[in-house]
Amino acid sequence: MDHASLGWWGVPLAVLAGAIRVSTPFLFVSLGECLTEKSGRINLGLEGTLVMGAMSGYATAYLTGNPWAGVLVAGLAGSLLGTLHAMICALERVNDIAVGIALMLLGTGLAFFLGKPFIQPQAPQLPAIPFGWWSSSAQVRSALDINPLFLVGLALAPLLLWGLRTTRWGMVLRIVGESAEAARAMGYQINRVRLLATAAGGFFAGVGGSFLSLSYPGSWNERLSSGQGITAVALVIFARWDPVLCVWASLLFGGAGALGPALQSVGVTQGYHLFNAAPYVLTLAIMIATSSSRHRLAGAPAELSVTR
Amino acid sequence: MRPFLHGAVTRLSATLSAPLSALALPVAAVAVSLALFGAFVALVGVDPVEMYQLMYRGAFGTWFSWQNTLTRAAPLILTALCTALPAQLGLVIIGGEGALVLGALAAAAAGMALNGAPAALVLPAMALAGMAGGALLIGGAGALRQWRGVNETISSLLLTYIAIAVLNHMVEGPLKDPSSLNKPSTPPLADAYMIGTLPGSSVHWGLVAGIVCAVAAWVLMRRTTFGFAARMVGGNPRAARMAGLPVGRLLVVTTALAGAAAGLAGMVEVAAVHGRASASLVAGYGSTGILVAFLARQNPLAVIPVAVLFGGIGASGGLLQRRLDLPDASVLVLQGIIFVVLLASEAMRGRLHLFTFARPTATPATKEA
Repeated sequence: MDHASLGWWGVPLAVLAGAIRVSTPFLFVSLGECLTEKSGRINLGLEGTLVMGAMSGYATAYLTGNPWAGVLVAGLAGSLLGTLHAMICALERVNDIAVGIALMLLGTGLAFFLGKPFIQPQAPQLPAIPFGWWSSSAQVRSALDINPLFLVGLALAPLLLWGLRTTRWGMVLRIVGESAEAARAMGYQINRVRLLATAAGGFFAGVGGSFLSLSYPGSWNERLSSGQGITAVALVIFARWDPVLCVWASLLFGGAGALGPALQSVGVTQGYHLFNAAPYVLTLAIMIATSSSRHRLAGAPAELSVTR
Repeated sequence: MRPFLHGAVTRLSATLSAPLSALALPVAAVAVSLALFGAFVALVGVDPVEMYQLMYRGAFGTWFSWQNTLTRAAPLILTALCTALPAQLGLVIIGGEGALVLGALAAAAAGMALNGAPAALVLPAMALAGMAGGALLIGGAGALRQWRGVNETISSLLLTYIAIAVLNHMVEGPLKDPSSLNKPSTPPLADAYMIGTLPGSSVHWGLVAGIVCAVAAWVLMRRTTFGFAARMVGGNPRAARMAGLPVGRLLVVTTALAGAAAGLAGMVEVAAVHGRASASLVAGYGSTGILVAFLARQNPLAVIPVAVLFGGIGASGGLLQRRLDLPDASVLVLQGIIFVVLLASEAMRGRLHLFTFARPTATPATKEA
């Protein structure tokens, strides 16, 4: 079957395939942010973490020849930035939103600075699993070439939900996020819990970034991420701090993000930029529809400044 | 010390110490950041001393570099106001880039629509259009905050991405100049509609516009009832509401004014620098403006010198690139370090007693009671 034969049917297929592909970074960033926010702190710097993860992952994959080493290093770079965020926020009178903005700038700047030599070379990519082997259509096959990281994220979400609900660690994290006073009275070290939560959140966001450079779009340049990080932060609010809902929300956003390229592939070039802005418009629309000026959001950790 | 003298010294130190220690922390933060950035470039094999010498030369060393610095300071003052004005109400707005972009687009469109009319009409129309574009965007974020409880930090950044997409769409689509092939842009403005430069320099009048706006913002916030009410909302929104202040109106008007400032920056960039609207308007003035506002401790007057400082850092970027082969992102790294160190320094506020002669002592109220 040749490429054009699917015609307009290619659009929903491409959106579906794109939803899986484009959603992976959203998924990792939102799972990480979910964990961080559950501890009562928001890290807006994940936009910078994402870019830093993309760069460090790509550079490592290129230098070692192993894309999985890249994923690991990207995660570690992300957790370093998360640790920095948590350490500064632990100081007195420091606003976590402002620190996030600062780290957005620093992370992006560092990634562009250190990543300059890696824009040209081609790093080995993460292998995809061909779930579409049964189909004779090239488009269906390429749509079902699924990256293992997506499956990891998919498995991680219920695991996180279970961990938050039933384990001791999850319980401590939620207490710290709901009432720092109570946690302190029970003898838990609030700043240490938040540091771990933010570092783990940074790890996930870094891994999400490595997906951008090592799978889709699959190269490193300075235009790689534009707002996926901040969109994912908003997505957590939409998903009501529930890791499993984060999966559905990520798929939705991924689908919106894939709309532009999908329409372009069937020859609709008018309004390409506007279609590419679909995830932001969708995010904003969802925030407008689900927020309220009168009461706090259901499920919001009580210590979280952003929903007050 | 005799009581009289003691009292006088305490009073004197009290009046001096507030502005001095307000200045000391940001200055110390910048100094620490410069040291950290020096260590960072030393790691990648660049001599920090040579780098800072070059940086100084590129920023403030010659009349030529001063002009470059001041040209860059103009939009920075205006985008910093976009963050500093809402900060009086306790809001964190980071959509300056979007307001600049939308303002620039609106100004360019106004210039196209009125092409042929006298400049005395077109320039004010462009300025108004730019301000309206910016006001719409940031005022929108303020309105969403007020009536839907949408977090203004996230929404203003999302609106920025949307504004950039609209800019790209318009300059590649409906407003495209057919002759701008590989770099799509709107048709160039006629020379008559360009903002001129200050006599004897290459610095355009946008700098004056920026300074006037900053002073006006300071007067509005510190010398009017509007500003007093706004700062009261920033201090305690509930108390302000109890006192019967129109919190919603204050919020929307202030954010709209903030957006108008950044929108004017966009108009100035179009009418004084680029001469047209294109994707190169997205030059980071918005994100640098956020840092300028924070370093100026959200004080509209302090924004002016801080904007000049960052205009200088930006101006020196090209020289660092050419001479030391440093990436153009060096400036971003330095800005990021300054931002992080500055926020960390907040923890030191009130702990430094460098400028106070009398130690703060506990009031003896408990004993008397």
